[in-house]
Amino acid sequence: MAHFGENKNFKNPVVNWIDNRLPIFTMLIKEYGVFPMPRNVNYLWSFGGIAMTMLGIMILTGIMMAMNYTPHTTLAFDSVERTMRDVNFGWLLRYIHMNGASFFFIAVYIHIARGLFYGSYKKPRELLWMFGVVILLLMMATAFMGYALPWSQMSGWGVTVITSMFSAIPLVGDGLVTWLWGGFSVDNPTLNRFYALHFLLPFVILGVVFIHVWALHVTGSNNPTGVEPKTPADTVPFAPYVSTKDSVALVFFLTIFLGVVFFYPLALTEVDHFRKFDPMQTPAHIVPEWYFLPFYAILRAFTMDITVPFTTIVLLPAKLQGVLAMFGSIILLVFLPWLDRNPVKSGRFRPVFKWCIWLLFIDFFVLMYSGAKPPEGLPLIMGQLGTVYYFVLFLVILPVLSFKEKNLPVPASISADPGCCKKR
Amino acid sequence: MDSTKDGANRREFLYLTAGAMAAVGAGTSVWPLVDSMNPAANTLAMASTEVDISKIEAGQTIMAVWRGKPVFIHRRPSAEVTEIRAEDWHTLRDPQSDESRVQKGHDEWLVLVGVCTHLGCIPMGSKMGQPKGDFGGWFCPCHGSHYDKSGRVRKGPAPKNLAVPAYTFVTDTLLRIG
Repeated sequence: MAHFGENKNFKNPVVNWIDNRLPIFTMLIKEYGVFPMPRNVNYLWSFGGIAMTMLGIMILTGIMMAMNYTPHTTLAFDSVERTMRDVNFGWLLRYIHMNGASFFFIAVYIHIARGLFYGSYKKPRELLWMFGVVILLLMMATAFMGYALPWSQMSGWGVTVITSMFSAIPLVGDGLVTWLWGGFSVDNPTLNRFYALHFLLPFVILGVVFIHVWALHVTGSNNPTGVEPKTPADTVPFAPYVSTKDSVALVFFLTIFLGVVFFYPLALTEVDHFRKFDPMQTPAHIVPEWYFLPFYAILRAFTMDITVPFTTIVLLPAKLQGVLAMFGSIILLVFLPWLDRNPVKSGRFRPVFKWCIWLLFIDFFVLMYSGAKPPEGLPLIMGQLGTVYYFVLFLVILPVLSFKEKNLPVPASISADPGCCKKR
Repeated sequence: MDSTKDGANRREFLYLTAGAMAAVGAGTSVWPLVDSMNPAANTLAMASTEVDISKIEAGQTIMAVWRGKPVFIHRRPSAEVTEIRAEDWHTLRDPQSDESRVQKGHDEWLVLVGVCTHLGCIPMGSKMGQPKGDFGGWFCPCHGSHYDKSGRVRKGPAPKNLAVPAYTFVTDTLLRIG
C-alpha cells in the first residue's frame, strides 16, 4: 500500500492476514509507535490527547443518558431528575457529563493557549490550526445545545438570549430566529431540534478531530523551541516516551476531574438550573456557563449605538456591534497564521510577544469575571477594556510585531537548545 | 474536439451546463429540509388568542400568552395617558408617539409583546412590587433596558420599543390578539 509504505511482517498469522488486506496494524505502528516526536515536548503537549479522552467520555456518558431522556418540554426536566434519582448510576453519568463539559473546555483552552504561546499555528501548521478553530466552534454549539436539554430556567432563558442574538442581523434577523426556534418562542420544536443536534454534533467533532490529527501527523508536533526537528537526535518515538508522558498527564487530569465529580459536582452550576423552565418569568440574573463568560463579556461590552455624526440615524446598533464582536473574536483566530507573520514560532524567543500573550491569558480571566457580573459599573468597564485589548492584540499588536520585534537568537536545533535535554 | 472560434469547446459547455443543473438540483433538494425547520402548521394555527379584559382595573396590568410569549395588557388611568403624551418623543432611540402605539378610541389600553427587544427576556414591572425602571414602565433584568409607560425604550442596550402586536376589540371587553 502506497499510503503507509511497506507492510510490516507480523509473527501472528491472523494479524498478518488482516494487515495484508487492510494495513491497520502497519498504520498504528507508524502513527502511534515509531512516530517521531520532538524530544523536548513538555506536559502542555498532553492536552490534545486529554481533550480527545474527554470527547470519548462525553460521547459515552451522553449515549447512556440519552437512553433515559425524553425531549419534550413537559417531560424533559423530570426525565433528567429520574436519571439522577432512579436510574442505576444515573447520577454518576450525569455528573460526569455535566462536569465533563467543563473539563473538556479546560483541556481545550489549555491546548489552545499552548498553541498560541509556542506559535503552533504558524507554517506549516496553518490548516491544522484552522481545523482546531472549527472544533472549538462545534464544541461551543454542542455545549450550548446540551445545556438546553434539562429544560430548566437556565436552559430556556439561555437559549432565548443566545438565539435572540441573531435578531440583530438586519432584514433577515427576525425570520432567522423564528426558523431557529421552529415557532414564535422557545418551545417544544426548539427542544426537539436541539436534542437532535446535540446528539449529532459530537460525532461531527469526532470527524474533524480525525482530520485535525491527520494534519498533525503530516507536519509532526511543534515543540517549546519552535524549531522543527532536523536530525533523528531531535526526536524520540511516540511509544513509549510520549505515550507514557501523556498517560501520566491524563491520570493527573482525570484525578482532578473525578474529584470534582464526586465531591463538588455542583460547583460550576447555577441554582436556576434546578428549576423548571417558565417561559413567563425570566430569572433575575442569568449567566452562561463559565466557559462562555469571556465571550459573553465581549457581547455586552458594546453599549453605544454608532450613528451618522450629528444625527440620530443609527448606522450600527450596539446590539449588532456586540454580536459581531462576539462571533468575530473566535472567527479571527482562523486568520491568526496571517496576522502574526513573525518567522520565530516560540514565545520563548520573542521578548515582546511573550508578555503580550501572557496579558491575553490574564485578559481572558478579566473578561470571564466581567461576564459573570451584571453589566454595570466596574465589571462593565473591565469588560470593555478587556475587549479592546483582545482585538488590539490580534489586529494591531501581532501584525506590527511580525516585523518590528527584535527576536532573541533561536537555537540551531532542538538538541542544541541548552534548555532542551538533560545530559546523561 | 469541436472547437468554436473563441476556443471554447463542446465538452466545456457541457461541463458548465451540467454543473449549473446539478447546483440548481441540489438547491431545490435542500429547501424542503431547511423549510421543515420553520414553524409547522399546528404552531401557526395557534396564532391568535382571545382575552377577557372586563376584570382589569385602571392602573392594572395583566399578562396574557400569545404564541408562547407573554403579552402585557395595561389599562391606563387617563392621567397617565396625558402625562406620557406630554413628553417629547422625537429624540427617542426608536421615535414613536404614544398615539401610534394604541388604537384610536381605546387610548386607555396599552397592549405590548412582553419580550425585551434586546435578547428576548421578559421585562419586569407588570406585577405589583416589581421594579419598573427609571421611566416608570418596565425594566429588563437581563441586560438592564428601561422602558417608559408607553413601552418605549429609554435606556440600556435594547434597540427597539416593546412591540405592539396586531389586535382587535371583538367587543369592548374582549380582545383578540393576533
